[in-house]
Amino acid sequence: MAEVLVLVDAVDGKVKKSTLELLSAARSLGEPSAVVIGADAAALARALGEYGAARIYAVAGDEYGRYLVAPKAEALAAVVEQSSPAAVLVSSTPENKEVAARLAFKIGSGVLTDAVGLSGDGTATQSIFGGSVTVESKVTRGVPVITLRPNAVAAEPAAGAAEIIPVEVTVSDAAKVATVSESVVEAKGSRPQLSEASVVVSGGRGIGSAENFAVVEKLADTLGAAVGASRAVVDAGWVPHTMQVGQTGVTVSPQLYIAVGISGAIQHRAGMQTAKTIVAINKDPEAPIFELADFGVVGDLFTVAPQLTEELAKRKG
Amino acid sequence: MNIVVLVKQVPDTEGDRKLDPSDRTIDRTSVDPVINYIDEFAIEEALRLKEEHGGDVTILTVGPEQATVSIRKALSMGADKAVHVCDEALHGACAIQTATVIAKALGTVEWDVAIAGSEATDSRMSVVPALVSEVLGAPQLSQARKVSVDGSTVTIERVTETGFDRVQAPTPVVISVVEKINEPRYPSFKGIMAAKNKPIEVLDTAALGLDAGTLGLVNASTAVVSFEVAPPRAAGQVVKDEGDGGVKIADYLASKKLV
Ligand SMILES: Cc1cc2nc3c(=O)[nH]c(=O)nc-3n(C[C@H](O)[C@H](O)[C@H](O)COP(=O)(O)OP(=O)(O)OC[C@H]3O[C@@H](n4cnc5c(N)ncnc54)[C@H](O)[C@@H]3O)c2cc1C
Ligand SMILES: Nc1ncnc2c1ncn2[C@@H]1O[C@H](COP(=O)(O)O)[C@@H](O)[C@H]1O
Repeated sequence: MAEVLVLVDAVDGKVKKSTLELLSAARSLGEPSAVVIGADAAALARALGEYGAARIYAVAGDEYGRYLVAPKAEALAAVVEQSSPAAVLVSSTPENKEVAARLAFKIGSGVLTDAVGLSGDGTATQSIFGGSVTVESKVTRGVPVITLRPNAVAAEPAAGAAEIIPVEVTVSDAAKVATVSESVVEAKGSRPQLSEASVVVSGGRGIGSAENFAVVEKLADTLGAAVGASRAVVDAGWVPHTMQVGQTGVTVSPQLYIAVGISGAIQHRAGMQTAKTIVAINKDPEAPIFELADFGVVGDLFTVAPQLTEELAKRKG
Repeated sequence: MNIVVLVKQVPDTEGDRKLDPSDRTIDRTSVDPVINYIDEFAIEEALRLKEEHGGDVTILTVGPEQATVSIRKALSMGADKAVHVCDEALHGACAIQTATVIAKALGTVEWDVAIAGSEATDSRMSVVPALVSEVLGAPQLSQARKVSVDGSTVTIERVTETGFDRVQAPTPVVISVVEKINEPRYPSFKGIMAAKNKPIEVLDTAALGLDAGTLGLVNASTAVVSFEVAPPRAAGQVVKDEGDGGVKIADYLASKKLV
C-alpha cells in the first residue's frame, strides 16, 4: 500500500492532537508514516504507533529549532525522496504552511492549504471566502502536499508498527541563515492551544473591560476550553493578539464555539464559521452571530455566562 | 536601504465574493477590488524603514490591469515607484507560479528587503512570502510584528502561538508582517497628487524571461475541480433569557453530548 507521510508536531515531548488527526486522515489515502524532525522520535513512538504509524522517519539535529523553517523543509524533502509517498500531510499552522509550500516547490508538486476534509483520491475540501463557498481541489502533479485544519478529522486509534527509521540529512548552509536567537513565552497557561482546541470560548467587546474577561475564562476553564477573543477586544488591549479569532487572527474549527458578547462581523466569522456547533450569548437579538448560532440566548452575558458556568460545574459534580 | 513591497489586489471581503463558474477561478470583477488588507501594513512598514534608513520603496504587484488602482493608492501613501507584472497568461496562476513570477520581477529591481503581508484575504494561503524566499534562496523572516534593521542585519519578532521568537538574517531578506506591526497611514492630498506622476513599470512574462506556455490555469500545480456555495447554516434556535438562559445552554450542550 502507498505510504502517506505525516509531519509530526510535538510540544513538551508529547504528540499534538492535530498530528493524531493527520495519521487518521492519512489512512484514507494509504498507510501512514510519521516524520519526526529535530525531536526525540523514540519518546513519541508509542503515541504515533497507537494511531497507526507504520514507520517513523526520524531526522535528528538541532538545526531545526535554531533556524527558521528552511531546514525543516529540506529534511522533509529528503524523507520524501527516500520514501516516494502518495501524499504529504501537515497540520495547518503558520509555520507548517511555510514548510509545506517550500516542500512542494522543492519536489515539483503543489500545495493545498487549510483542508477541512480529504478523500481517498487525494481531493481536498476547502472552505473559502469566510465559509461561504466550499471547493474540492487537487494537486495536479507530483506528490500532493496538503495542510489540514486541526479538528477537521477525528483522531481514531489504530495499530501501527511504529518502526523507527533514522534518516541522515545534511542541511545546506543556505537554509541556515535566519537564526532564532530567542523564544519568548508571553501567554502560557494550562489552557489548550486555541488553534487546535476542541472547545473554544471567545469574548467580544460586550465584555466591557479586561477585568470582566474573567467571565469568559471561568466558563472556558469549566469546559476545558481554549479562550479566544474578537479583534475589538485585542485592539482594546484586554487580551494578547495571540487570542484573536478571525480573518486576521487564528482560524479555529472546534467541536464547540461559544461566542460571548460578540456581534459576529464577517471578519470574525471567517475564523470560526467551520466550528461544528456554535452557541452565542448576546443582548442584541439582531446580532449577526445569531444567524450562524445553533443555539443562542438573547440576554445579558453577565448573568447568562456565569449561570452556565455554575450549571456545568454542578453537573460535573 | 532599498525596499520592495509585495502588494496584492484582492476582492473586498465586505463584498459577496464568488468563483467564476466557467473556469473556477476567483471572480475579480463582481466585487470591488482593494489592496489586500495586511499589505497596507507592509507598505507602512516599508515607509517607516525608509524614513529611518533612507533608500527607496518600490511596489511590486502581480495582477490584472485593474490592479493599477491599488498600485496608485500604494504610491499615494508614499512609495516611490512600482513594478506591475500584468499578463493574461497568468490568469489562474497557482501560488508557486505567482512566487516564481515575483522572484523574477524582484530581479529587475535593486533591493535589500522585500516586505509582504502575512496572508492574502482571497487565498488565505500564507505561503507566497515563504515561496519567494525558497525560489530566491534568500532568507525568510515571516510573521513579523516588529522589524528592526542594523546595518545589513534585519531582526524581527516573529509571532508564535505562545508569544514571539526573535529571528535575524542578513539582507537581502524576504519579510512578511502581521497586522499588529503598525498603523497604516492614510494617503494625504499631496500624496495622491504626487502619485499620479510616479513611474509604474508594466512588464509581461516575456519581459521577465518566462515562457507563457508554462504558466496560468492549465499549468497550475493545483486545481479547483468543483465548488458549491455553502448552504447557510441550518437556522438554529434562539431563545430570550428568562432568568434561565445559562441552564438552557447547559441543557442544549448536554442534548448534543458536548458536555
Ligand atoms: C480587514 C479587517 C480584518 C478584521 N479581522 C478581524 C478578525 O480577525 N477577528 C475579529 O474578531 N474581527 C476582525 N475585524 C473586526 C470586525 O469587523 C469587528 O469589528 C469585530 O469582530 C467586532 O468585535 P466584537 O464583536 O467583539 O464587537 P462589537 O461588534 O462591538 O460587538 C459587541 C457585541 O456585544 C454585545 N453586548 C454588549 N454588551 C453585552 C452584554 N452585557 N451582554 C450580552 N451582549 C452584550 C453587543 O450586542 C454586540 O453585539 C476585522 C476588520 C477588518 C476591517
Ligand atoms: N499576486 C501578488 N502580487 C504581489 N504580492 C503578492 C501576490 N500574491 C501574494 N502576494 C504577497 O504575499 C502575501 C501572502 O499571500 P498568500 O500567500 O496568497 O496568502 C500577500 O500579503 C502579498 O504581500
